[in-house]
Amino acid sequence: MVKQRIVVGAHYGLKDWIAQRATAVYMALYTIVFALCAFSLPELSYESWSGLFSNGLFKFLSFLFFLSVFYHAWIGVRDLWMDYIKPDGVRLALHLVTLFLLVGYAGWAAQILWRL
Amino acid sequence: MTKRTVHFKIYRYDPDKDEKPYMQDISVELEPSDKKLLDALVRLRAKDDSMSFRRSCREGVCGSDAMNINGKNGLACLTDVDSLQQPITLRPLPGLPVIRDLIVDMTQFFKQYHSIKPYLVNNDPAPERERLQTPEDREELNGLYECILCACCSTSCPSFWWNPDKFVGPAGLLAAYRFLADTRDQDTNARLDNLEDPYRLFRCHTIMNCVDVCPKGLNPTRAIGKIKDMMVRRAI
Repeated sequence: MVKQRIVVGAHYGLKDWIAQRATAVYMALYTIVFALCAFSLPELSYESWSGLFSNGLFKFLSFLFFLSVFYHAWIGVRDLWMDYIKPDGVRLALHLVTLFLLVGYAGWAAQILWRL
Repeated sequence: MTKRTVHFKIYRYDPDKDEKPYMQDISVELEPSDKKLLDALVRLRAKDDSMSFRRSCREGVCGSDAMNINGKNGLACLTDVDSLQQPITLRPLPGLPVIRDLIVDMTQFFKQYHSIKPYLVNNDPAPERERLQTPEDREELNGLYECILCACCSTSCPSFWWNPDKFVGPAGLLAAYRFLADTRDQDTNARLDNLEDPYRLFRCHTIMNCVDVCPKGLNPTRAIGKIKDMMVRRAI
């Protein structure tokens, strides 16, 4: 049987690598902003909490945070599959499951944020 | 230094004789002049000539006697035998197929090395004398050209263990940057294209085992960072 040749040279990877770092920086900055806002709330109640999220800019920043989490997670989890999962079919299936889950989570996050 | 006895635990495997590898306990008396682990191994082989390992220059230039010494990759000829905790556990370099005892098959390692075109590409007619560099440009090659391809780094890299057929590995990437950094080379774009791949370059997760073990004190992680830096500069 002829062994399948190993082909590498997919000409991508740099954008993901930059994105992983950029999203990490954004998440760190958002965490600081979020912590400052949360601690400056007059009281810890549902009203003040939803009041914080009713601010359009805060909603936008929060949604961007969730998108960063999911994009960051996509690259990280994809890397795990690439490192450890050898059969190509299984790897592709895991990639797709991860992708669908994360896109679903993003939609869910939007729904939660805009309901507050 | 006086005469002393050192104890070893050595990985033994002869595919013609042994069903599976085993660890052999063996001791050897060293002469006062024996300083390095390689000296002890040479004494050992005089005692048991079936024991196999590679060696050549015995001074850290050829890179033949790389092995896993007490759990850490290194060169036997550069390791002080008296600095090691006994019994000294010797295993072949991890992750490569074992040919016999401490000798591994380096084909995969050199395949990756060759894949980065480890030679100067310059299509200009050769000058009458050498192609010159400024001292500043030459400076950039320090810490790169000294690599002796002993494979200590690549075989200590988990990313290379999992994907030795796809990930170039720290040694190959250090060599790749050695030519990317060379002002006399004209193949920069093709070299970067060749590496822009989620496996070939981006399997490096900055674990830095390579830096920890390099017997020449080189820093493949920094070189890999500089390759990424060049790619980013090219892309934005």
